[in-house]
Amino acid sequence: MPNGHTLVETRALIMRFGPVTAVDGISFSVDRGEVVGFLGPNGAGKSTTMKIIAGFLEPTSGAAFVAGHDTRLDPIPARRHLGYLPEGAPAYPDMTVADFLGFVASLRGLTSRQTSNRLAELVESIDLAEVWNRRIEALSKGYKRRVGIAMALVHDPDVLILDEPTDGLDPNQKHEMRTLIRALAPSKAIIVSTHILEEVEAICTRAIVIARGKMLADATPAELLARAPERHGEDHQMVKTTRLEDAFRHITLEQAGV
Amino acid sequence: MTNFLTIFRREFSAYFATPLAAVFLVVFVALSSGMTFFVSGFFDRAQADLSSFFTWLPWLFLVLMPAIGMRLWAEERRLGTIELLMTLPVQPWLFVVAKWAAAFAFAGLALALTMPLWVTVNVLGSPDNGVILASYIGAWLMAGAFLAISACISALTKNQVLAFIGAVIVGFIFVMAGFDLVLSAVRPWAPDALVQAIAAMSFIGHFQRITDGVFEASALVFFASLISFALWLNVQILDARKAS
Repeated sequence: MPNGHTLVETRALIMRFGPVTAVDGISFSVDRGEVVGFLGPNGAGKSTTMKIIAGFLEPTSGAAFVAGHDTRLDPIPARRHLGYLPEGAPAYPDMTVADFLGFVASLRGLTSRQTSNRLAELVESIDLAEVWNRRIEALSKGYKRRVGIAMALVHDPDVLILDEPTDGLDPNQKHEMRTLIRALAPSKAIIVSTHILEEVEAICTRAIVIARGKMLADATPAELLARAPERHGEDHQMVKTTRLEDAFRHITLEQAGV
Repeated sequence: MTNFLTIFRREFSAYFATPLAAVFLVVFVALSSGMTFFVSGFFDRAQADLSSFFTWLPWLFLVLMPAIGMRLWAEERRLGTIELLMTLPVQPWLFVVAKWAAAFAFAGLALALTMPLWVTVNVLGSPDNGVILASYIGAWLMAGAFLAISACISALTKNQVLAFIGAVIVGFIFVMAGFDLVLSAVRPWAPDALVQAIAAMSFIGHFQRITDGVFEASALVFFASLISFALWLNVQILDARKAS
């Protein structure tokens, strides 16, 4: 049973697309104050798991809960607690940033006064003032991503699910995004997917390694590091890798039977 | 209701975000008047009515309504925004109805722009304005039915061109349902009841009864129920095929 702090819980999630099992028995829970990093190779099932928690996909079996609400049986209350940034931060290119965020805020049930207060906050914290009245199609990738984050945060949700929030950003933008996520962390339960390992060390309190739909590890970044194999002489390494990368390769390749 | 208006407003203004809306309206008015004056010979008939205008509408709508409706869901799929909409705390049917309603309103605007024809016949003669009003209402509802079909097919794909072609094909079947071309293909093998049922689906048949001045509530009910059914189907399609 979820305790008072558990905001996200999945129980034995299985998702099949025809003959392909994209998610294969994933169970975990996330409490308030945690930032959980989903780590895994491309096509591992990270996005699919996130889509199930967000209520966009219905699992073949198993269940996901957001703030205690079953995302399939009780979707509307579950969605009220959830902010979700889909992969690629989709938005309407013909709308201005202000109109788009206003549109989402309205559908999130904010009154116009609440909307203007909240948007004023977000303009500050996400630094959108410069592009506020620009059409989304004219924005750089970094700004588009920020608009997506603002969209997910409009209703100040308890649960935040961010699918590759730093993908395609330059190093400065990545740094800003990480700072923002860290600042949000104490009051929320956050799940972030990434295949950038340094990100996990930088912002996550826990990392879940997923490959081929299965959960291979659920540990703190420090514990993951401890699983890295011993290095036999640095000079043999053709490519410089970090310890976390070693651990990640060790865990995922072990499963693949290499 | 607030949510309905929010979605409706966004969708309606989306038509005007590009020059497409203006192009569409010009094409529609030009084609419909062109047909009326040059093909039907509005002046040669020397009759104060608008039947030379209304006769062509089912055929114009067959191509032009899918052009309005094709983007409704295919565009959401292509942009990925469908994932955003379907994770908001809003019932999916509300999106379906509000999006269709925005397209329906746009079609109403296009029809309203042909009103100068109505003025013209009133200047030149004394037409039966009741019939003309009923015909306009019937035409708008028929446009709504074409749009509901287009929206439904648009929900199946992320490719707008496919959505357009699919909607024209299905629309064509409905337009032709009352014609012998379709009925004679069915008659040899199907029971009489089915042939009757197919004939009863004819857009042109229902629309013609209205424009002929036989004010038939059944024709309005037909279009209204077809719209409801297509929108219901649209919700089911979205439910079954969220990811594309």
